[in-house]
Amino acid sequence: MNETLKLSLIAIAILLVLVTIAAGLIWVERRMLAAWQDRYGPNRVGTFGILQVAADMIKIFFKEDWIPPFADKSVFILAPAIVMTTILLSFSIIPFAPGILVADLNIGLLFFFAMSSLGAYSVVLGGWASNNKYSLLGAVRGSAQMISYEIFMGLSLMGVVIMAGSFNLTDIVLAQKNVWFFIPQFLGFVIFFIAGIAETHRLPFDIPEAESELIAGYHTEYSGMKFGMFFIGEYLGITLISALITTLFFGGWLGFGFLPPVVWFLIKMFAFILFFVLLRASLPRPRYDQLMSLGWKILLPLSFLNLLVTGALVLYFQ
Amino acid sequence: MFSILRSLWITFLHMFHKRVTIEYPEEKAPLPPRWRGRIVLTRDPDDMERCVGCYLCAAACPVDCISLQATEDENGRRYPEFFRINFSRCIFCGYCEDACPTYAIQLIPDFEMGEYNRQNLVYEKEDLLIAGQGKYHGYNYYREAGVDVGVKGKGEGINEDKPVDVRKLMP
Amino acid sequence: MEILFYIAGVLAILSTVMVIAVRNAVHALLYLIVSLLSISVIFFILGAPFIAALEVIVYAGAIMVLFVFVIMMLYVDSSNSNEKNIFIKPKTWIGPSIIALILMAEMLYMLLGEGYHPMPHQIISPAAVGKLMFTKYALVVDLAGFLLTAGIVGAYHLGQKERKILHRYLTDKNENL
Repeated sequence: MNETLKLSLIAIAILLVLVTIAAGLIWVERRMLAAWQDRYGPNRVGTFGILQVAADMIKIFFKEDWIPPFADKSVFILAPAIVMTTILLSFSIIPFAPGILVADLNIGLLFFFAMSSLGAYSVVLGGWASNNKYSLLGAVRGSAQMISYEIFMGLSLMGVVIMAGSFNLTDIVLAQKNVWFFIPQFLGFVIFFIAGIAETHRLPFDIPEAESELIAGYHTEYSGMKFGMFFIGEYLGITLISALITTLFFGGWLGFGFLPPVVWFLIKMFAFILFFVLLRASLPRPRYDQLMSLGWKILLPLSFLNLLVTGALVLYFQ
Repeated sequence: MFSILRSLWITFLHMFHKRVTIEYPEEKAPLPPRWRGRIVLTRDPDDMERCVGCYLCAAACPVDCISLQATEDENGRRYPEFFRINFSRCIFCGYCEDACPTYAIQLIPDFEMGEYNRQNLVYEKEDLLIAGQGKYHGYNYYREAGVDVGVKGKGEGINEDKPVDVRKLMP
Repeated sequence: MEILFYIAGVLAILSTVMVIAVRNAVHALLYLIVSLLSISVIFFILGAPFIAALEVIVYAGAIMVLFVFVIMMLYVDSSNSNEKNIFIKPKTWIGPSIIALILMAEMLYMLLGEGYHPMPHQIISPAAVGKLMFTKYALVVDLAGFLLTAGIVGAYHLGQKERKILHRYLTDKNENL
């Protein structure tokens, strides 16, 4: 019973920290984008504008939660819930530090893939239920993009799995005691990173949303807290991909010196979150067919090659 | 591939550049003296209204935001009885200033005239009239014009000859 | 653990019934996804976490998204179909239900005849599944691979358009003239 209580407390703490981080990222992203574009960003509300997050939240909660009369009501409500649920569930497998994780699944990585593939439904159903041409186009783009990039995402991680010999994320972190996996698995790291951007449909791969073409794609019709869930879901997705990169390629909580393991994990994770923002600040959006051919013609063969070479080398040195 | 990394690096370096934002209420952008902002009615050096109520500004205004009514005082000097500019319609094009023959109506470098109530944007003559001469100092229309409205006698103006006595044939 | 199994089983059956009963095609697909998810829970409880994860990734995650995709693109308004009353007539559903009842009776007979089986509590690791797939069932895996490759090649062939290089004024319409 005591163990159960401890586990649920950890789970609740992780949930709260994550939602706070995701909300805070709105501010972080706006400030950092501004810094990289020679602006200031929100700096009025509170010290350095940090209370902008609170202002945004208040605004989004009190906005009219409008469901268009032409929408498919039940699916329309379901879609934003899916994105939050799947991403938050994915976090349950990530070991933030020894002992600080929700579920020590021995198929941890597969659980993440399962959740991220279910996450595609939020885009598809949200776009379809809005009953709007732009939303439908966004949904079609989003689903095709997410299904395609899931494949490379999975294949790029197989090198890590081969080297660690386990799907369990804790084992994977412990296998990086000597050398972090981004050195032997650099190709896998790059492919996973690109696929992660596409999977969270962040810029430069924000083709399903593409403000300039589709006026927001699949969430054009959403407002109020339903839009807020898509919005927070996007930031949670960034956090998730950054946390996974940290865990799989950069040694998770492993660090040196005096800092506690959680701090090491968070430092690495924030570095990647900032890199996501930097990508948004500097790169233009590719065309849709360019995205698809990059995936299928370059990343897929590369990830197969990575898998083959890693497997061969592991067998050779065994 | 290389160009992507290069643009990432260049963007990153921008973090250490000077910011171009002017933080407005504390720090104000320099406005050039001929900036077209709030419209004022100016006075001549004798502290009298310059406006002669010719309606040219109202005619020139593309959005019809100026309305006025001319009248005369006991000396025959024309002035506007009321002068009203609806700044919620005004587009600050400056055509009224161009049209004005007496330099009365002028646009000045000031744009801070926001109001919560739209009705407050309708400026009456008291709001428009300023104490000074605006951009054109020393100009006094009635000192140069031929008419006598109590500012100067006939023929006493600048670049003006004495009036000819038509009952005498000799010049 | 057993109560979870029964909940998941009932959910799977209910949602599968709803797949047939619901008139809106996209809603039916959503119920199918729920059914697949509950089947994956059943696999998990039975001690096959790897298969459970694959069920979600492959079936619920990839294949059903494609289904939704196609239904979305070819969406026909459900209100104009005249076939909705067909299922109310006994003539249409009585035959299939008799067959289904016979099958269910057979299944119940087999299940009840063999007595009570306790649920297995050994967990099969992904490595064990992999080993089996590449040793004992290697031939089957190869055959499935051939089938899928043939499917891809066929789909590519069918989807390919004949490419004509014409002058931009010589479209297909003008050719007939």
